[in-house]
Amino acid sequence: MAETVRSRHSLLVRLTHWIMALAFLALLVTGLEIVVSHPRFYWGEVGNVNTAVLFKIPIPASRKLVPTGYGYVMPDQNGWSRYLHFQSAWILVLTGLLYVGVGLFDGHFRRNVFPGRSDVSPKSLLASLLQHLKFARPGAHEAWSYNVLQRLAYLVVIFILFPMIIWTGLAMSPSFVSAFPAAVNVLGGQQSARTLHFVFTWVLVLFLVVHLLMIFLAGFWSRMRAMITGRVAEPLERV
Amino acid sequence: MSTLSRRKLITAGVAAAAGATGLAVAAKLAGRYGLIPPDSGGVYGPGETLTYAVQRLLTRHSMAREFSRSQISAKPLMNEVDPPSDEFKRLQEGRFADWRVAVDGMVAQPRSFTLAELKSYPQRSHITMIQCEEGWSYIAEWIGAPLSHVLEVAGALPQARYVVYRSIQPDWWESIDMADALHPQTLLAYGMNGDEIPVGFGGPLRLRVTRQVGYKSVKYITRITVTDSLKQFGKGLGSASPEAGYAWYAGI
Repeated sequence: MAETVRSRHSLLVRLTHWIMALAFLALLVTGLEIVVSHPRFYWGEVGNVNTAVLFKIPIPASRKLVPTGYGYVMPDQNGWSRYLHFQSAWILVLTGLLYVGVGLFDGHFRRNVFPGRSDVSPKSLLASLLQHLKFARPGAHEAWSYNVLQRLAYLVVIFILFPMIIWTGLAMSPSFVSAFPAAVNVLGGQQSARTLHFVFTWVLVLFLVVHLLMIFLAGFWSRMRAMITGRVAEPLERV
Repeated sequence: MSTLSRRKLITAGVAAAAGATGLAVAAKLAGRYGLIPPDSGGVYGPGETLTYAVQRLLTRHSMAREFSRSQISAKPLMNEVDPPSDEFKRLQEGRFADWRVAVDGMVAQPRSFTLAELKSYPQRSHITMIQCEEGWSYIAEWIGAPLSHVLEVAGALPQARYVVYRSIQPDWWESIDMADALHPQTLLAYGMNGDEIPVGFGGPLRLRVTRQVGYKSVKYITRITVTDSLKQFGKGLGSASPEAGYAWYAGI
């Protein structure tokens, strides 16, 4: 049984994956850092410590202005957090556009991400779901191809969650919405956009947790090797 | 592994050269059309430059959203302000009759204006949102003289590219480009919600910049300097904000 050296992930997929992973991490850390300066969320156009709150995060704040119940104020980190947040957003958006653009063009999405017609039948979806619920270690063929739930999850992340987090982010920019007021108006207001941005962050984090869990279940080193070197050490015969 | 063919090498070389040339041309054009912010050096320079350049191209003449009177926040939030100086207290005792804002730099007639003079100019008001970079916000009506009118009275020269503005509090000074300085919503505001601006909100005089977050709307304005370069102000980064680690351009 010869080990294959056939490439699993193309160089572009691997490069864009890791660039976006780093950018996402930077966005997450700096985003949470910015939240620390005002850990309260609102709905509608405006919100401040004098207005009704939708929910608040029970953490100390980095501003004296916010009544948190804690007797101390965290250090202000917003300057570099905002600089890095927006720079990482550019890196993520530009890299993501390259990935989606090339992926749609060169057949990556058609081959690897869009589910086959037979895969989206209720029966096969149920079968895949049951297999996931049993935490069954994936078969060898899954080293070579994404299963249907995985494909659907990636599609939701790429074509729904990322567009939504970019949109809700831009909807908070006073300059951007001066040119495109509908971007914030249809979300119900600037504070609604901020709250939705926060919610979509946690949906993306949930995806990341499941993604990592699945990688550990499938075999951490083999999947890491596939995404770094592009190769999979699996016998081809069993495919 | 496939070996690199000559054709691939040539293609890669041409692509790299085209990319480098493209970047150089883009940088030159960006410089000429004022699309590079003064804090473009350093590790966050590329992101800042992209944000500023793209937003300037998209929003040069756009208007910040205006709201209806019923949307004015019943309880706007007064941010923390430093304790007033003795000079401020003296002016406050005189009900700010002696408050003056100097306009100098690249203007035909450097001069100063009293609040009464500013109030004699055509009045503009708007109900807009002020949002802090921290995340909170409120909506208020702002009343004042358009900065563009004051610059016209002083005779700002055509080579002007930026307007630097300073507070009576020496730590607070900012600058904006001419797109914001001449923008119809940019006001030297002396009124708020139908009354004078309370001191906590920047009274007697606040420069209201509607398309950037709150820290660009500096309180207690005493001096406005028109210039073609920000290099000679402070550390040359454009304003006090980058010196404290915050971005000069705050439209996002």
